[in-house]
Amino acid sequence: MSPKLTQAECAEMCVRIRRHIIEMIHAAGSGHPGGSLSATELVTALYFHFLRQDPQHADAPDRDRFILSKGHGVPVQYAAMAERGYFPIADLTTLRHIDSRLEGHPVKGTLPGIEASTGALGQGLSIACGHALAGRLDGRDFITYCLLGDGEINEGQVWEAALFAAHQRLERLVAIVDANHIQLDGYTADILDTEPLVDKWRSFGWNVIEIDGNDLAQVFAAYEAAGANLGRPFCIIARTIKGKGVSFMENSVAWHGVAPDAEQTAAALAEIGEAR
Amino acid sequence: MSTTRPVGRATRDAYGDVLVALGAQREDVVVLDADLSGSTRSGKFAAAYPERFFNVGICEANLVGVAAGLAGAGKTAFISSFSSFLLCKGFDQLRMAVAYPRENVKIIGTHGGITLGEDGASQMSIEDFALALGLPGVVVCHPADDASALQLLTQIAAADGPAYVRLGREKAPTIYGEGQSVELGRAEVLRGGDDLTIVANGMMLGLALDAAEQLAAQGVQARVIDVHTLRPLDEATLAAAARETGALVVVEEHLRVAGLGSVVAQAVVQHAPAPMRFVGLDGYAESGSPSALLAKYGLTCEAIVGAAQEVLAAKR
Ligand SMILES: Cc1ncc(C[n+]2csc(CCOP(=O)(O)OP(=O)(O)O)c2C)c(N)n1
Repeated sequence: MSPKLTQAECAEMCVRIRRHIIEMIHAAGSGHPGGSLSATELVTALYFHFLRQDPQHADAPDRDRFILSKGHGVPVQYAAMAERGYFPIADLTTLRHIDSRLEGHPVKGTLPGIEASTGALGQGLSIACGHALAGRLDGRDFITYCLLGDGEINEGQVWEAALFAAHQRLERLVAIVDANHIQLDGYTADILDTEPLVDKWRSFGWNVIEIDGNDLAQVFAAYEAAGANLGRPFCIIARTIKGKGVSFMENSVAWHGVAPDAEQTAAALAEIGEAR
Repeated sequence: MSTTRPVGRATRDAYGDVLVALGAQREDVVVLDADLSGSTRSGKFAAAYPERFFNVGICEANLVGVAAGLAGAGKTAFISSFSSFLLCKGFDQLRMAVAYPRENVKIIGTHGGITLGEDGASQMSIEDFALALGLPGVVVCHPADDASALQLLTQIAAADGPAYVRLGREKAPTIYGEGQSVELGRAEVLRGGDDLTIVANGMMLGLALDAAEQLAAQGVQARVIDVHTLRPLDEATLAAAARETGALVVVEEHLRVAGLGSVVAQAVVQHAPAPMRFVGLDGYAESGSPSALLAKYGLTCEAIVGAAQEVLAAKR
């Protein structure tokens, strides 16, 4: 039960999602805007077109899975989930407050549709492999999507999972690498270079496609291709801009994990604009 | 932080300063971090001595292994990340490559405990002392404030062998006065008293001292001891306290199992058995402000006073 927004409608939804991201991180007083904004098209297209999930039955055995391995980017997931009706939009500004269900990093059990507790980087793809394997064992056709950061894939466990997925031919597993070129202390090229990404994933036995991850047409095309089940796990290398949509956050190491103040929030919202 | 005491810098700030001082004094000191050098403050060393600083990326297991190799080749290697990631992701490497061969690696975990706040449970270490104590021969230390962190880190740098230090993210209440000396392995009696003993360390000391003041207002004199070094443990000071006060409360920002409470209880049971109560955590916390978290998860002055009253009743 997906609402199947068109690409044009998804573009409008991305505006709403970006506004939520800024507003909720501002309200929290802490959080990670850069990696939430870079992944907005990737997550919005999933929740509003591709992911076969019903918020009313978020534990249905046949549901597609979405696992946010780069857990610090959870504002984009919460925003999409709220717009999809998993919980009230008004709850978004409780992010990171005591007693809120909106934890600073995803916690399984806090909200329907959160499949894994993440935040210690590097673990999501293994869990995604487990879901994909269970799907095959049970003869179900759901797809498991896992979103990773290009810094996060420094972690060795990611490559153990990548080997495993290819070895097991988990063709209903889709890894999406949000390749925004920046990690926490600086540019990935300077901290620990993970390029060439396409060659690496291909040599690990994955089908790989490289796209502009902030271009909805390319994102749609990639998810269409990923659903074709070509006998191998599928990796989308999504070239994105960290902080996309807010000029002073774009490509900025400084905006990895800082909340905008009131003035910056107003400026950011003005740039993002209103959804039509 | 829920205490009325004046606050100073966060203990992680002392780490940055100690590293820079060491860099000037010693050629053998190298520093490694795993993409958190701004947060851990090892970035201060990186700026001053870039040729002796290595950011390995988000690879905590590799971080520990590389440091072990450097130490094996004669370097003194400081490694830092959040304490949760260092201990949990690097544990097997700490065991096989550092503790077992006794390499000179200083394991510095910042953002310890639940007072890192809004990031939530995935980043919080509530089990780091349990893990570190599970590495035989590794010194285990948790300074409370800026002054004691500066001294203890300097002493740890000077001693040969592996050590684990938990540091905090939040500004810490000031516990030690200027010029007051703190010694690795020596528990510090911060306040005299003969009715019961409150043992604490780190962020919990401010609360423990507040509790002692409240108890004093009720006519109960509590001795307060800073056990900043969990290993080697100052058993003599703890045995004397148990003998002289006959009742103890242990307060820790850690699981109540396998941390400060456990090592203190072991010492007390062997030397001078006395009733004890334990204030600490029983599970994972959540996102929230540090003060809201301390209140919700029972690390409060009231909880310490309540435990004191209970243990006093048990003593009679
Ligand atoms: C195991 C672990 N080590 C360190 C961190 C601290 N940390 C949080 S985000 C981050 C950088 C992540 O970079 P990337 O995956 O590229 O994310 P993005 O740029 O998309 O936000 C780091 C090092 C962590 N959360 N987990």
